[in-house]
Amino acid sequence: MKTIKAIIASLALFAMFAGTSAQAKVEIQWWHAFGGRLGELLDEQVNKFNASQDKYTVVHTRKGNYSETLNAGIAAFRAGQHPNILMVFEVGTASLMAAKGAYVPMYQLMKDAGQRFNPKGFVSAVSGYYTTTDGKMLSMPYNSSTPVLWVNKDLMKKAGLDPEMDLSTWKKVGNALDAAKAKGIDMPFCTCWHSWVHLENFSAYHNIPFATKSNGFAGLDTELAFNSPVHIKHIQTLGKWAQEGKFKYMGRRNEAGKNFRAGECMLMTESSAGYAGIKKEAKFDFAIRHLPYYGGTEAPQNTIIGGSSLWALSGKSKEENKATAAFLAFLSRTDIQAKWHQDTGYLGVTTAAAKATKKSGFYKSNPGTDLAGIQMMRNKVTQNSKGLRLGSFDQIRGIIDEEMEGVYNGTKTAQVALDSAVKRGNVLLRRFERANK
Amino acid sequence: MEKRVFFKGWWLPALLVAPQLLISFVFFFYPSGQAIWNSLFLPDPFGLKTEFVGLDNFRFLLSDPYYLASFKTTIIFSTAVSVSSMALGLYLAALADRLIKGAGVYQTLLIWPYAIAPAIAGVLWLFMFNGNIGLASYYLKALGYEWNHTLKGDQAMFLVILASSWGRISYNFLFFLAGLQAIPKSIIEAAAIDGASFWKRFGTIVVPLLSPITFFLLVVNIVYAFFDTFGVIHTITSGGPEQSTTILVYKVFSDGFVSQDLGSSAAQSVILLVLVGILTVIQFKYIERKVHY
Repeated sequence: MKTIKAIIASLALFAMFAGTSAQAKVEIQWWHAFGGRLGELLDEQVNKFNASQDKYTVVHTRKGNYSETLNAGIAAFRAGQHPNILMVFEVGTASLMAAKGAYVPMYQLMKDAGQRFNPKGFVSAVSGYYTTTDGKMLSMPYNSSTPVLWVNKDLMKKAGLDPEMDLSTWKKVGNALDAAKAKGIDMPFCTCWHSWVHLENFSAYHNIPFATKSNGFAGLDTELAFNSPVHIKHIQTLGKWAQEGKFKYMGRRNEAGKNFRAGECMLMTESSAGYAGIKKEAKFDFAIRHLPYYGGTEAPQNTIIGGSSLWALSGKSKEENKATAAFLAFLSRTDIQAKWHQDTGYLGVTTAAAKATKKSGFYKSNPGTDLAGIQMMRNKVTQNSKGLRLGSFDQIRGIIDEEMEGVYNGTKTAQVALDSAVKRGNVLLRRFERANK
Repeated sequence: MEKRVFFKGWWLPALLVAPQLLISFVFFFYPSGQAIWNSLFLPDPFGLKTEFVGLDNFRFLLSDPYYLASFKTTIIFSTAVSVSSMALGLYLAALADRLIKGAGVYQTLLIWPYAIAPAIAGVLWLFMFNGNIGLASYYLKALGYEWNHTLKGDQAMFLVILASSWGRISYNFLFFLAGLQAIPKSIIEAAAIDGASFWKRFGTIVVPLLSPITFFLLVVNIVYAFFDTFGVIHTITSGGPEQSTTILVYKVFSDGFVSQDLGSSAAQSVILLVLVGILTVIQFKYIERKVHY
């Protein structure tokens, strides 16, 4: 009898210890939007972190595309089932910022956890997006890119053009497209992310406002302003190209990337982060160029970022927040950042990572990969080129996409479409202002 | 003589209807009440704060031209889906009913598409008409027809109608076939002896005798087109281009779950609830009178 008791006691003791050692690892959840090659690289980062220490485990889950991830996060928050870290793309930034109480600000999180963290280490053009007007960093920049012009050099040759020709302005691009069309190239031009490239970045690049109140940075009472003559001229040009069969519309997000990688499209405007996929799949000679602009304007100013930042959601235990802080600090490490920058074509978001990449000779052996960074930081930022901070912006982008579809299929003029997008978007801005007073 | 059964006391009948009442309450009255309540508020997405706005959500909706356009889209879409899938279902059922050899094989194959979930059906059709890799769009292009449903509203509408009707044809086929087989052969043979042609017999005997089933299918198909086609639209067009395929129920979803505007979404649910109520009353009051049981 006694021996049985002893066995049970020792078993129980053993179970207790086993239990505590398993519990000692704090597990945190990260919801993100990356699949494909980017998903693999993200997984690599998480594995590296999990292997680097024995206190915390990060579990990552893909929740669909950017919008779907944000919506899943919001719905989970309402139900109290939210993850520790949520990836939010730049469009959702204003929505999160306004939701005070839904997140633990980055500076607070790092301070509470006693984690060494230097917000000044981030490139200001990037961190400015996620920092309050009084300089407090709210979320951590994860992936940031900016639009560039991708060139299929083989198709340029086929069109009888010099692949090294000057494509710095939209006028010169237009001439190249004429030549390509005349030579029977099926898809001379295509683009991804219509609003982001051709209105949002277009505005910053030409130093004209996308919205009033410093593009929304200075207050919720901002109004859209992307129906100026320069904007209209550009969208009308795109519409004309679409009608003439020089520009093929493939979809609202990055669908056109497929056509470019397959070697069908000659010139494409797409994020610099298209690099990972193009490098892997393209069986032709390609080049990266700066985004084109219109002469006789204030361009080229600088372009702005797209991408996401990581938000620490509130309502989690102190222990878990500590784990979150440790993981985010790990992600901002120079070696991690530099590798991410070189693998993906996203910008090096810390100055140290950009420096390390330059030192390694990466830019020399991969020409064009430094263009995005240069293009973003080429001038001192102005009120119009700092970025955008607009509420309900995912929805407003949807409206812009709809109206632009009207221009491309020839049912609307650029003037009518942009006026209508501004009007419809302003209604949503007022609604957002009201809900977040 | 009608036979009536009376229960003594009230507890047994109450007990017998209780499960049904409970289900109605949990799955209908409670959510509807919630929708009506929420439609009076303007909450922020995270549910941190909310403001009572009265009927402002409704005013906001009814002044939105895209919301009003969505009514038209819904009417075109649901009429096209119901009519085309019922007509084709009836046509195929009439043909299958005349089969002597291999009837079982044909019938099974014709019912097959019904087993495919709407979202999957949507993806299948999307593949065929995809601008990059689609077989259908490739052949259309070879014929000189430019197919791009991401840009052209009428093409997008055609595609979602096609994908939504496809699986539905099987469902309608099944009911029509059962209806056809229930019609006594003697009536049809009598008409045939009198010299009525196939189409004459079909028009004057079969169609009237099928009217209860036709009516049932009409109600079910309209409800289907209103609510269950969500998966097809979400996978193929997401309501675009330019909201040309945004039917009412899709707008409830996209405003509520994509745009996080829960107040407006709730108000739309309430409007939809009222609309379906009116439709059902009309159907039972006016159309049912023309049905012979």
